[in-house]
Amino acid sequence: MSMAILSSLWHYRGFVLGSVQREFQSRYRNSLLGALWTIINPLAMIIVYTVIFSRLMQARLPGVDNDLGYGIYLCAGLLTWGLFAEILGRGQAVFLEHANLLKKLSFPRICLPLVVVLNALLNFAIIFGLFLGFLIVTGNFPGWVVLGMLPVLLVQVVFAVGLGIILGVLNVFFRDVGQMTGIVLQFWFWFTPIIYPPTILPEGIAELLRWNPMVPLIQAYQGIFVNAAWPQWQSLWPMAVISVLLCVFALSLFRKRAGEMVDEL
Amino acid sequence: MSRIIVSELGKAYRQYPTRWSRLAEWLLPGARPRHQLHWVLKDVSFQVSPGEALGIIGVNGAGKSTLLKMITGTTQPTAGSIRLEGKVAALLELGMGFHPEFTGRQNAIMAGQLLGMSVDELHDLMPAIEGFAEIGEYMDQPVRTYSSGMQMRLAFSVATCRRPDILIVDEALSVGDAYFQHKSFDRIREFRKAGTTLLIVSHDRQAIQSICDRALLLDRGRVALEGAPEEVMDFFSAMIAEREQSTIRQERLPNNRIRTISGTGEASIAEAALLNDQGKPIDVVETGTPVTLRITVDIHADIERLVLGFMIKDRMGQAIYGINTHRINRPLENLRAGEQVVYSYRFNADLGKGNYSVALSLSRLDSHLDKNYEWRDFALIFHVINTRKPDFVGCASLDAQLEIERPQLVQGAAADALSR
Repeated sequence: MSMAILSSLWHYRGFVLGSVQREFQSRYRNSLLGALWTIINPLAMIIVYTVIFSRLMQARLPGVDNDLGYGIYLCAGLLTWGLFAEILGRGQAVFLEHANLLKKLSFPRICLPLVVVLNALLNFAIIFGLFLGFLIVTGNFPGWVVLGMLPVLLVQVVFAVGLGIILGVLNVFFRDVGQMTGIVLQFWFWFTPIIYPPTILPEGIAELLRWNPMVPLIQAYQGIFVNAAWPQWQSLWPMAVISVLLCVFALSLFRKRAGEMVDEL
Repeated sequence: MSRIIVSELGKAYRQYPTRWSRLAEWLLPGARPRHQLHWVLKDVSFQVSPGEALGIIGVNGAGKSTLLKMITGTTQPTAGSIRLEGKVAALLELGMGFHPEFTGRQNAIMAGQLLGMSVDELHDLMPAIEGFAEIGEYMDQPVRTYSSGMQMRLAFSVATCRRPDILIVDEALSVGDAYFQHKSFDRIREFRKAGTTLLIVSHDRQAIQSICDRALLLDRGRVALEGAPEEVMDFFSAMIAEREQSTIRQERLPNNRIRTISGTGEASIAEAALLNDQGKPIDVVETGTPVTLRITVDIHADIERLVLGFMIKDRMGQAIYGINTHRINRPLENLRAGEQVVYSYRFNADLGKGNYSVALSLSRLDSHLDKNYEWRDFALIFHVINTRKPDFVGCASLDAQLEIERPQLVQGAAADALSR
């Protein structure tokens, strides 16, 4: 059955890639600078985080002897969280957004979440590429350790895809899910040490972080870019298992409810 | 092979008493089902053999669209099964997935990919798509600058750029200008000739009768009638008129045709005859001769207004001529039970040779949809022969007069005469 999904995806690869390209292009269509905006936007964001926070506000990371340390810490967490939030946010709405297409045309539905993921990854690649360039220019590039982020990224994407598809399917039947997702993401963001170091949390609350599955992932990125340290693999294992299970559950939920979903749209 | 086999197909939507009951049904383990099934289609079975064209008709809400959606695979059936053999193309909703900011060409590629075609294939087919759509340089303009007709043209042209084994068409086709409608129908006919199996949903009598071999009438989610397009269409017209009370009955005539009679019965046709100029009933008419259509109507109950209409149809069931007493401002009013009315319509039988039938209707207003006392198909059948006039083709005797001029030939003849 999963082979069937793969082969239908392969058959519709043209549509999937075309959709990704189209969505990307449509954002800057009719603007004078065109594709330049894809660079200007993230660049502005990186500059705000690094220069403004690190230089102007003199925000320092305890135990890091670098002017830009806090800026890099911020970017490592924010950019990767951004990828996670984009997949979830777009994923929960994907079936509702394409209700017309789903009701009127017959094509492999699983293409739609795939387009969302590929698009999010494309955006992420651009912004993260700029970030890496910035690190090289400022002499803060951590070296080979960067490769350590690939498995972390993989786990994170699988986790986000699984969760995104589940939310997307549920949202068709219970529209509350869409509303809830935004709120939960807000709390989740502030409950993850992204713009603050975990050390500032009081003891009791720091304990609770253990139950937040995003914490080991984000900490792995921060470790790579701030301290040039390889991720602690054993802390990632539970998350990897959860992610795969979530994805399997998402696909089975999707398959079971796909027919009913079209009736409900 | 391009066959469609639909067996005992059914579709039901789940209805939950409240929004919470679905959640309860999903979450509470071993809970009883809390939904009710609302059947919109039940026990629908039919087959379309390779190369055949089947028309599906029915009033709005009869289940036609649901049936098509299940056949094309957008909606899952609740019961029964569908088997499709061959490549399927569906013209259900044209222009789905067009993005206004992109050019016609880019959208054509996108729409083609959505139909499962590859980019290479689409590039090869692009000249043909462009040629058929005939939208000229607009092909490279954003679709938001298109008129809706142009959008239709492009969408149709992409959807039909390859000949499918099975083509499924919804009423979508009635969009676009007359020229393009003709063009698209021609393309569908071409496909048919090349062996494509056709499934078409339409309200258009003309479309169904001119293109289909068979028709199927859906009523309240069930197959009400299946048969020759003309019979089914007649039954359908009668059925629409009959939403009130009366019955529909069909009789088999000696020549194997089926006559549909329906109506509420306050007035009925007692006799219908075609008379020649000597007042004798005939069923063979010489083309161009004067004839009288005499119709005797019995009134069974007091009625305030009565309109009699007749329509002459050709062998294929296409309307040739029809008129009623409302349109010529001669309706009768305040009729009493027990009365008899005799109508005589006189006209010249300016028709081509062939078989014709006359349908009659007794109603209150112009249309028989409002109050239909009686509707009778095949009230009369007559043959037109042509022994006196030149042997023309077609059903209208227009008596075209001919004049020929050949100026060069006159000069040539004069020159000939001079040289002698």
